[in-house]
Amino acid sequence: MNVVACVKQIPDPADPGALDPETKTLKRDVKLILDESDSYGVEMGLQLVDAAGGGEVKLVSMAPNNEMSGLRTALAMGAESAVLVSDEALAGSDSLSTAKVLAAVIARCEPDLILTATESSDGYTGTVPVQIAELMDLPSVTFGKEIEVADGVATVKRQTEAGFDQVECPLPAVVSVTAGVVEPRYPSFKGIMAAKNKPVEELDLAGLGIDPATVGWVGARQEITAIAEAPAREAGEVIVDEGDAHERILAFLDDLKVL
Amino acid sequence: MGISKIWVFGEANEAGASAGTLELLTKARTLADTVEVVMVGDASAVAGDLGAHGATVIHTIADANGALPGARVASAIAGALEAGTGPDVLLATTSYDGRDVAGRLSAKVDRPVLTNVVDLVVDGDRLLCSEPVFGGTTDVMAGFTDDGLAIFLVRPKSFAAEESGGAPAAVSELVVGDLGNTDAAVVKDRFVEETSGPKLDEAAVVVSGGRGLGEAEKYEMIETLAGLVRGAPGASRAVVDAGWVPYSYQVGQTGKVVKPTVYVACGISGATQHLVGMKGSANIIAINKDEEAPIFGIADLGIVGDVHKVLPKLIEALQARG
Repeated sequence: MNVVACVKQIPDPADPGALDPETKTLKRDVKLILDESDSYGVEMGLQLVDAAGGGEVKLVSMAPNNEMSGLRTALAMGAESAVLVSDEALAGSDSLSTAKVLAAVIARCEPDLILTATESSDGYTGTVPVQIAELMDLPSVTFGKEIEVADGVATVKRQTEAGFDQVECPLPAVVSVTAGVVEPRYPSFKGIMAAKNKPVEELDLAGLGIDPATVGWVGARQEITAIAEAPAREAGEVIVDEGDAHERILAFLDDLKVL
Repeated sequence: MGISKIWVFGEANEAGASAGTLELLTKARTLADTVEVVMVGDASAVAGDLGAHGATVIHTIADANGALPGARVASAIAGALEAGTGPDVLLATTSYDGRDVAGRLSAKVDRPVLTNVVDLVVDGDRLLCSEPVFGGTTDVMAGFTDDGLAIFLVRPKSFAAEESGGAPAAVSELVVGDLGNTDAAVVKDRFVEETSGPKLDEAAVVVSGGRGLGEAEKYEMIETLAGLVRGAPGASRAVVDAGWVPYSYQVGQTGKVVKPTVYVACGISGATQHLVGMKGSANIIAINKDEEAPIFGIADLGIVGDVHKVLPKLIEALQARG
């Protein structure tokens, strides 16, 4: 079984980032890493390929400046190859533009299953997986906790407010995977060395046959009209626990009459 | 000038219309002349409630043996737009199905989506939305630059639901167009995981655990404490990523926004990702070993201490009260 895992390379979340006051987009002058949210899809794909007894996981990504350090991390986990789309005309792309690009790449790969995170850690729109599915005329199951594949059908446990739904979906399909449902493997030394030589195909918009006017700034058809500092919340009292802090908490709750 | 017609994607279960749906209707009726709902399944049970919150019409879409709603709803709305009877604006809640509907529709009719919206205002003949970025330290206003359907995904709890006293909404069936392969994901079975207390996003008290708990087993303290204060247990992203609790427990930017009377953060340092999901709480108590933890910057009562010492005593004291 062949799986495409969509991965995003993002600025390290430990570095909070900022908007460029000129262009009103995220400053992206920092080194990009693999979005941890995507490591679950990569791991899920590797496990499904193992269970199927054959096939491979291919990575699909879009990033500025042909950035691929995050891709190398996922290749070191065990993905076989990657396709990376970079193009200056993609600057300012929103979720729909991103989905158009990823869908065009995935269509060339003809996978059985497309795995994504439920949302990226830096943009968190959560719409890209279904946008890809709609553009490719495919079914989708979002918020997957568990995936089993048999006879060309994926059975997915889909997270709900109350528990989960058991959803059946014929392949090919797009499934988004929630965080924490599998334990992403740490790349081994051997994996890291092997990743350096794994193929990464680099494409631009012309190579994909996408009109630059349908993506990026122009394609986004939206604008930021104002940026303002949010009202700050004041810090209250901070005490050091001397063994009786629980009494302070109880008194606080009693005052609020919530008990 | 102004917005002519808003459709709200309606969600409901056995208990009635979702809180998010009623919140969106309440806001929508202050923004547009006509407010209508589009939803899957039988609307007769919720027509009164939706009407009382401002909807005049409910466009219902036939449920096809448990097919997930995203593709069906998107197709039906696209059909209405083509026929010239569709809305100017579609509002959906940032829920499991709301995201599917907004994303599917966006791709189907080639319109962008604005997400993580927490407020909406009229600006001439368009809507502008407000969304928090960088952990809620910055508010961004944004809008679409051209005509055509405007799609907004709005975070729950952004508005307070209030009745307008409107009559029950009229129900009208909306036809689903050709779905190609998009409609093939079907719910075969639903499993309800029993929780005894209130729902996370409705509870008056939320007790959340973070990485400071040290190991998965210690999360039990959070559930015990939540039970004793008739609250709901929540979690930081780190704990969800580690697989200790399901995604539905997550409070934060990628997770739920909660605004309880009291939020108790246990062993949570307060990454910006988490703060945006709980800083709207009326009162915040934080327990953390690290006095430099950012959570103390927004806590009304901060306890610099070990959750493994403070929580057992707190639990014991509450149990003693009976």
